[in-house]
Amino acid sequence: MTRDYYGRPVLKEPVWKWYIPAYFFTGGLAGASSTLALAARASGNRPLARSALLASSAGIAVSGPLLVVDLGRPARFLGMLRVAKPTSPMSVGSWLLAVFGPASAIAAATDVSGRMGRVGWAAAAVAGVLGPAVSTYTAVLVADTAIPAWHDAYRELPFLFAGSSAASAGGVALALTPVGDAAPARRLAVVGALAELAAARSMESRVAGPYENGQAGRLARAAEACTAAGAVAALAAGRRRGVAVGAGALLAAGSMLTRFSVFRAGFESAADPAATIGPQRARLEAVPGDEPVRRRQADERVRGVPSAHERRI
Amino acid sequence: MTTRMGFFTDTSVCIGCKACEVACKEWNDVPDDGLNFLATSYDNTGALSADTWRHVAFVEQPGRWLMSSDVCKHCTHAACLDVCPTGALFRTEFDTVVVQSDVCNGCGYCVPACPFGVIDKREPDGRAWKCTLCYDRLKSDLEPACAKACPTDSIQFGPLDELRERAATRVGVLREAGVVDARLYGADENDGVGGFGAFFLLLDDPEVYGLPPDPVVTTRDLPGMWRVSAGAALALAGAVAAAFARRW
Amino acid sequence: MGSNMAECHPVGFQWVMEAKARGARIIHVDPRFTRTSAMSDAFVPIRAGSDIAFLGAIVNHILSNGREFREYVAAYTNASTIVGEHFRDTEDLDGLFSGWDREAGQYDMETWQYAGTPTAPSAAHREETPTGEAFGYGAMAEDPQPPATDPTLEHPRCVFQILKRHFSRYTPQVVAEVCGVPTEQFLEVAEALCDNSGRERTSAICYSVGWTQHSVGVQYIRTAAIIQLLLGNMGRPGGGVMALRGHASIQGSTDIPTLYNILPGYQPMPHAATTPSLAQYLAENTAPAGVWADAGAYIVSLLKAWFGDAATVGNDFCYGHLPLISGDHSTYRTTLDMADGKVQGFFVMGENPAVGSANGKLHRLAMSKLDWLVVRDLVEIETASFWKDGPEIDGGELRTEEIATEVFFLPAAAHTEKDGSFTQTQRMLQWHHKAVEPRGDCRSELWFYWHLGRIIREKLAGSTEARDRPVLDLTWDYPLVAPHDEPDAEAVLREINGVGRDGRALASFAELADDGSTACGCWIYCGCYADEVNQTARRRPGREQSWVAPEWGWAWPANRRILYNRASADPAGKPWSERKAYVWWDEEARRWTGHDVPDFLADLPPDHVPSEGDKGLRALRGDEPFIVQADGRGWLFAPNGLLDGPLPTHYEPHESPFSNPLYGQQANPARLVFHRKGNRYASGAEYPYVMTTYRLTEHHTAGGMSRFQAHLAELQPEMFCEVSPQLAAERGLTNGGWATITSPRTAIEARVLVTDRMAPLTVQGRTLHQVGLPYHWGWKGLSTGDAANDLFPLALDPNVSIQEVKASTCDIRPGRRSR
Ligand SMILES: Nc1nc2c(c(=O)[nH]1)N[C@H]1C(S)=C(S)[C@@H](COP(=O)(O)OP(=O)(O)OC[C@H]3O[C@@H](n4cnc5c(=O)[nH]c(N)nc54)[C@H](O)[C@@H]3O)O[C@H]1N2
Ligand SMILES: Nc1nc2c(c(=O)[nH]1)N[C@H]1C(S)=C(S)[C@@H](COP(=O)(O)OP(=O)(O)OC[C@H]3O[C@@H](n4cnc5c(=O)[nH]c(N)nc54)[C@H](O)[C@@H]3O)O[C@H]1N2
Ligand code: SF4
Ligand code: SF4
Ligand code: SF4
Ligand code: SF4
Ligand code: SF4
Ligand SMILES: [Mo]
Repeated sequence: MTRDYYGRPVLKEPVWKWYIPAYFFTGGLAGASSTLALAARASGNRPLARSALLASSAGIAVSGPLLVVDLGRPARFLGMLRVAKPTSPMSVGSWLLAVFGPASAIAAATDVSGRMGRVGWAAAAVAGVLGPAVSTYTAVLVADTAIPAWHDAYRELPFLFAGSSAASAGGVALALTPVGDAAPARRLAVVGALAELAAARSMESRVAGPYENGQAGRLARAAEACTAAGAVAALAAGRRRGVAVGAGALLAAGSMLTRFSVFRAGFESAADPAATIGPQRARLEAVPGDEPVRRRQADERVRGVPSAHERRI
Repeated sequence: MTTRMGFFTDTSVCIGCKACEVACKEWNDVPDDGLNFLATSYDNTGALSADTWRHVAFVEQPGRWLMSSDVCKHCTHAACLDVCPTGALFRTEFDTVVVQSDVCNGCGYCVPACPFGVIDKREPDGRAWKCTLCYDRLKSDLEPACAKACPTDSIQFGPLDELRERAATRVGVLREAGVVDARLYGADENDGVGGFGAFFLLLDDPEVYGLPPDPVVTTRDLPGMWRVSAGAALALAGAVAAAFARRW
Repeated sequence: MGSNMAECHPVGFQWVMEAKARGARIIHVDPRFTRTSAMSDAFVPIRAGSDIAFLGAIVNHILSNGREFREYVAAYTNASTIVGEHFRDTEDLDGLFSGWDREAGQYDMETWQYAGTPTAPSAAHREETPTGEAFGYGAMAEDPQPPATDPTLEHPRCVFQILKRHFSRYTPQVVAEVCGVPTEQFLEVAEALCDNSGRERTSAICYSVGWTQHSVGVQYIRTAAIIQLLLGNMGRPGGGVMALRGHASIQGSTDIPTLYNILPGYQPMPHAATTPSLAQYLAENTAPAGVWADAGAYIVSLLKAWFGDAATVGNDFCYGHLPLISGDHSTYRTTLDMADGKVQGFFVMGENPAVGSANGKLHRLAMSKLDWLVVRDLVEIETASFWKDGPEIDGGELRTEEIATEVFFLPAAAHTEKDGSFTQTQRMLQWHHKAVEPRGDCRSELWFYWHLGRIIREKLAGSTEARDRPVLDLTWDYPLVAPHDEPDAEAVLREINGVGRDGRALASFAELADDGSTACGCWIYCGCYADEVNQTARRRPGREQSWVAPEWGWAWPANRRILYNRASADPAGKPWSERKAYVWWDEEARRWTGHDVPDFLADLPPDHVPSEGDKGLRALRGDEPFIVQADGRGWLFAPNGLLDGPLPTHYEPHESPFSNPLYGQQANPARLVFHRKGNRYASGAEYPYVMTTYRLTEHHTAGGMSRFQAHLAELQPEMFCEVSPQLAAERGLTNGGWATITSPRTAIEARVLVTDRMAPLTVQGRTLHQVGLPYHWGWKGLSTGDAANDLFPLALDPNVSIQEVKASTCDIRPGRRSR
């Protein structure tokens, strides 16, 4: 048992609401989709490119409002571009989005209007290249906090988010693309799903607690189920468009649930003083030379110097 | 850059009068934090928050009653400042960490970043607030309101190196007097946040007062995080490319 | 003891912390482990209402182990004085002293006098005698002869022997049985006190209302005074009995009193039966020796200050204009008279009796019988609104439309909005300057009373009625200051200081005369405006002056920081020790000198022996430091001044779950009790727990200044009670839950704080639980709750009519009260 102060948390719970994990999902989808679109276009798979571009721009179109809702008013987003700070994943992300958002929009618009041109290509290239970063920076964003469930998972979270983004992008493209052109999407979906499942497992084994228990745990299990089912469905879909659509939906849901699970885990971890204190205390105990006071105190106790309160009459 | 200014809060002489809490609110025009009877000894404040920048903790133990006035640590390596995307949080000429409320856009990132749970967002206003170490008073050569109000000099304000010396002497005196539990918290430049600008003399383990025993600034691991994330991004790109490989 | 200094005087407590840092040992004796206990080296839990047993045992410990400071005691106290042969002690009369008049319910003090001394004014009926505070200075009736003494202290009737015998019962075992304090703990405290007293060291005792608010409250402080005199801790640096007083200027409001029975500077109020004329007043109140030998100069100068040119030798300086008192007009008596319809109008200024007075309900019901009520306060407090939103209205006991009282609420200016002085606990006056103009219609008391007087005088102008003369003859001429026509507060201070024939401010009360040539509003404050300078506004930092810091503010009398400081030197005038040197006789200069202003006639040599015709301070010997007493001695035994005995005696509180193991006499026989409806008393075991009330740092008294302030209210947001885990288990109370506390008066509810700081005690062989109740709450403001005072009865100390709210009995149950 760790000691604490009336069971109160040491850390503050994040002030973020549901729109933040929702954004993690939409942003991840958009990022991976734009990369998928670029690759599809490069390989000449236009139908796939189009559906991926649509997914990407839809993702980004939802992301903007989600972020603005979080800040309260649109003008506040401009504050993000006041400075560029590599120490702030949110700053990095904001600049990424500031470039990626318009790029993916332009890419989609030119594609739909059928006038890709040089601008369209350039936009698609920019969006496609930035896509993986847009998908994974949000993992750094949550990891770069004091919350143990997030911070301690910083080695897995980017892979989890990358896998999850790939699964959702592949899944959505699979659903939106005529079966004949959808093979790469299916492959991406399955690989993404496997990566997501593996990263989640590895994270749970290292950062116990929040991801197994409570609401976050339930969300994680639901995510796992959806993702696994989605992957199986994707493989099994063959030429059945209906199944493909179902697979896409399951993968997207799994991806979304993964983000919500991670998000909730952060709250639960922040609210639990033991989650903060326990590992820190263990760290101190593990290094004997680290806390001279404690050591000295311990020997003095043994030698029988009375402690402050024992001296009172 | 002028000398680094800070606090040495010597909890061994804190009488729990909460004058610091009140003085801070009066000077900085901080609203009340709600009228809630918490039944946690004489602490009805609970914790630092957007509307409480000094918080006096009360710990009842057999034969003694610990009191300690908590505040923002003005970390040498301040996570809140590092992660702030807008630059609203900045380091002043006194080497303190302050939010510029006209710049803060309420993104809330600083909140979970702080390893001490200090900074918080004020709901109706949507911006983040915390102790400014009375930046306005410091600029006018005045000591911070909380230190000024503290009747027993539990809160000592001054140049940080002087405070550290004084604190070391004080611990010695207390230990000599048989208070073997006395220890400094946050005075060590080699700790996880590079030492606190506002450090403490405690009479028990930090966690007993609701403080993290071994806080580490999260951004210490940020380069690693970026590396992992770059790897993940590349893997994602690779996976996409691989998906188009002909033989599958 | 009886003080929670860290919580109630946090700013003053910094000096305790500083002393501690320099090696002082702090001991706290209190029923509860408080924030003061937390800072102390030792904490001793005690049963509320039992301190005289504890302190008496210290007296006994000193006397039976020869720990007294012999030379000091023999020279400076009345230890050697021989008491009249008819005196009988509580040892002889099972808890009563001689002179008890069962019928009248009071003492005749004749037998308490020194041998051969004419009797003090006979204690007639209480209704006719002013109570203790009026003659607390101990002026004795005209007696030219010093009383008989036995310097060997062996005479069986000398005070020293009487003291020994009186306290011989007070053993450590008695302390354990009565107070619940284990013997070793008690001995540790007694020894610590003795070890730290003497030539080289001194100890101070701090008390506050934990000692005074008892039916035998004054005697608690008397016991402490006896200890300090025996240990030689009076008049010396680091010694004394420190009364930590209440409101910021409550000391000021006794010096320049808001009490009915004294005039400024502790001069007795004229009494209809005994002092209707100036001649009688002077005969009654002039002492043969000491500072009260000049009582005539004080009263005449006061009359000159008030009535100016109208006061002449021919008309006894308008003495006849002063009101005469005819009995007990103290607060609680007046409240009862109000309840009985005998009082028509009531001014309440800076007080919230609906919450702050014992038996608040009785008070509220009484106010509903008034014709009119004026309340001046910063906020609309409960006293101003009980008629529309009080608990009696809620409960249906009173109906607003049936209350005929016309209530005027007038907004008052706060101290930040006006100039003025605060007199603090150490008798020091400190000037405060207005920071902001009062808002709206808020005005100061000075403004209110001055303009009220002005309007009344305008209405009476030209009247030839004799009854209007007192008002018309008043000097009413302070300069007014814009923008609100505020009377100039410094002009008031200057009037208090006094002026001489030349119209210039006086420098010292020694200059006062009884011939009408001087005017002085309060003789003890004379000098606060010396040299036409507001001395109270001085703020020279401590580091720029001596450690006594005489240039910070101004302390009465004559800027002396320690009273009776002649006692800091030995009879020959040399400091008792280098370490404790404070004031001494400079043989070369033939003067008293030292760090402080000597509290002695500056040129009266230590070997002075008064001769025929010596008056005032010269009528005292050069080695008699207690110059306020006519015998110049510190009184171990008080032949005068106390209505409930010359020596302190342990009596149980009026309501107590225990019987008095020391005497047949259970409670203070002279206490004031009122058997009437609405003030029912508990009997015996009905209410098994002791309850006590107190303050929290976070709130102020009846709450007018804290419950309405968000920044304070949030810190202690609700009424709560403090109980031990054992009591919580016994009664099923849970931390954070609700409890209902009951007494024969009423039931109140409170949130529960279960804490080890409320330790159960073993008293008379059984476990006693005490219930702690902060008394700050009422039904208005941001933070509301039931008023603890509603639980308490009126049971008063006979000397000063203070209510017993520190020790009473109650029961406690889980859950909220029915409503
Ligand atoms: N913050 C704050 N400061 C204040 C005030 C305030 O309301 N709030 N009020 C001011 C006023 S008006 C006054 S008079 C002073 C009063 O100052 P204090 O007298 O210090 O205040 P209390 O808390 O009423 O009582 C002091 C202590 O007496 C203890 N006590 C109760 N019964 C007994 C007993 O029988 N024996 C002993 N030994 N102790 C006992 C109580 O547990 C309590 O801890 O404070 C002044 N200062
Ligand atoms: N049970 C219990 N009862 C107690 C005590 C206890 O310990 N236990 N303590 C007793 C003691 S020591 C005291 S002193 C009393 C206090 O009790 P009260 O004197 O009845 O209560 P306060 O709240 O001090 O009232 C002071 C009022 O003055 C107002 N005020 C402040 N400044 C000014 C001003 O400049 N002008 C005017 N007109 N008003 C002003 C404030 O707003 C406040 O309402 O309570 C007594 N009652
Ligand atoms: S304590 Fe928290 S809020 Fe204060 S400087 Fe450090 S990280 Fe920032
Ligand atoms: S909430 Fe304000 S201060 Fe905090 S990180 Fe965001 S912009 Fe910076
Ligand atoms: S330094 Fe100023 S802002 Fe910080 S806690 Fe103290 S009073 Fe408040
Ligand atoms: S003002 Fe000083 S003594 Fe009072 S609670 Fe704050 S730190 Fe402690
Ligand atoms: S409120 Fe005023 S009088 Fe009371 S402790 Fe504070 S400074 Fe002193
Ligand atoms: Mo008081």
